Amino acid sequence: MSNPVNGSVRMETKDLSVRYGPAIYGIQNVSMPVHANKVTALIGPSGCGKSTFLRALNRMHDLNSDVEITGQALLDGEDIYAPQVDAVVVRRKIGMVFQKPTPFPTKSIYDNVAAGLRLVGIRKKQVLDEAVEKALTGAALWDEVKDRLKSPGGSLSGGQQQRLCIARALAVEPEVLLMDEPTSSLDPASTLRVESLIKQLKDQVTIIIVTHNMQQAQRVSDYTAFFFVGELVEVSPTGTIFGSPREERTKEYLSGAFS
Amino acid sequence: MTLKARYARDAAIQVGVVLMTLIVVIPLLIIIVYVVANGITALNLDFFTQELGSPARAIQGRPAGLRASIIGTIVIDLIALAMALPFGIATGIMMSEYPEHPFAPVTRLMVSTLNGMPAVLMGLLAYALVVKNTGGFSALAGSVALAFVMIPIISRTTESVLRVTPWSLREAGLSLGLPRWRVTVSLVLPAARAGIVTGALIAFARAAGEAAPLLLTSFGNNYFSMDLTQPMDTLPQRLYSLAISPYRQWHSMGWGGAIILLLFVMLTFYAGRIAVKKMEERALGVNEERRTARRKTRKDRREANQ
Ligand SMILES: Nc1ncnc2c1ncn2[C@@H]1O[C@H](COP(=O)(O)OP(=O)(O)OP(=O)(O)O)[C@@H](O)[C@H]1O
Ligand SMILES: [Mg+2]
Repeated sequence: MSNPVNGSVRMETKDLSVRYGPAIYGIQNVSMPVHANKVTALIGPSGCGKSTFLRALNRMHDLNSDVEITGQALLDGEDIYAPQVDAVVVRRKIGMVFQKPTPFPTKSIYDNVAAGLRLVGIRKKQVLDEAVEKALTGAALWDEVKDRLKSPGGSLSGGQQQRLCIARALAVEPEVLLMDEPTSSLDPASTLRVESLIKQLKDQVTIIIVTHNMQQAQRVSDYTAFFFVGELVEVSPTGTIFGSPREERTKEYLSGAFS
Repeated sequence: MTLKARYARDAAIQVGVVLMTLIVVIPLLIIIVYVVANGITALNLDFFTQELGSPARAIQGRPAGLRASIIGTIVIDLIALAMALPFGIATGIMMSEYPEHPFAPVTRLMVSTLNGMPAVLMGLLAYALVVKNTGGFSALAGSVALAFVMIPIISRTTESVLRVTPWSLREAGLSLGLPRWRVTVSLVLPAARAGIVTGALIAFARAAGEAAPLLLTSFGNNYFSMDLTQPMDTLPQRLYSLAISPYRQWHSMGWGGAIILLLFVMLTFYAGRIAVKKMEERALGVNEERRTARRKTRKDRREANQ
């Protein structure tokens, strides 16, 4: 796999708009770069379109026939919405962790993590065992579940379920990982472990993370994008956004003028 | 409204609800009691081990029974279920998972038409399709007719349980790069399996009680037969023919058959309830947890002994 140069542009959107109905914009004309092997944080008030944007990046809106998408979303220069591109292939490269934990309830913890690998034809028990342990360790869940890998995924607590979903997404080794508020249901200790995982993963993966926690954005991200009412207000290196933002609206949001 | 008036209204509504329930339950109880009272004397060993034979047998007091009808009902019903399941589940998936597919509206129309069709027409349909083309009445033709009765029931329950499985499950599967069919087969169907099993059992029990579709297809057979290409006896159709026969002995055997049919349907529902409960428990890991707990106590005990 050709790994792009550190810091080069891995994904880029051009005038990307998502409409949930004829006049209901989720996001409007968003153009922004996503740098390779960096963490980009998406921040902004509730309902500003962060999840909408994130889901547009791995074609999660495809199933909803009311949604209309215009503009481009490029992965390594190729538009993922081009007619010849297969959404399934796109999603294998671009993984996702959802805002709400969504384990496969009837599958065991082990099978939850192994599900994606089995699909690409990996059957060897030893390979699967190693991948499952690695992913669960990465998601800071291994110690809690190593004795009950056969229990169903639905029998875990909410926070454990979210870490299980992180492990599941990691196991298939995506090139880009989209994380929608991955720590919103976690306790402080697990949150810190997931954050250190994110920093650790940067070597192999390009990460986009939605967060409402400004400290978290500062701790983990290299770039921060501020969304407001469906528009991208500014995207800059994280230090710049939190130090001296270019836009007045960013400054107001960060000082708590609107939430 | 005063508090007293509220209590009075509450009591009135309660009385109304109880009354309505009784109106529904009492006739059912009367039917059960009546059937049992009339048929219980017919249920001897011969009833379960002998075939019916000619009317002379019963009149002369020689052994006669409904073994052929009981076994025939089970055989024809099971084959019908095996035929109906793939079609019922597939059409349910089509309506729930691929609503944008050009076949989806056609499927929906066909399923609702089948659902509203009187059962005797299912018999005519199977008659035209199977009996006419194979040259005679047969057990298989009966199974086809009952499969037509089962398909819309399985299809509709499948569709509705698939619809209530959360979207997030599908999205989680898709986000791993699973193709849509794989998400349906490996994730959505297993999550909905308890509901699908319930639907299949309702269809099975419902078809077990149908006489009309069988009159023109499996036809009936006074003698025991396991040949699927020949007429075969079934309980509902046998009850009908015993009831309209002029022989007292056959009437009493008919009541006995009604008890068995009633039991058969009730047992099917009961077995289904247990199966669904087991499945739900397994899905929630109740058994796994119990097993782990048991293993742990055993280990603790061993350690305590040392
Ligand atoms: N399926 C949908 N149908 C119609 N409108 C939707 C749908 N999903 C989201 N929206 C609208 O799109 C806008 C953006 O929603 P989105 O979920 O992207 O916000 P968000 O920034 O992720 O918010 P939060 O921080 O609360 O998760 C909102 O106004 C929302 O009401
Ligand atoms: Mg969101």
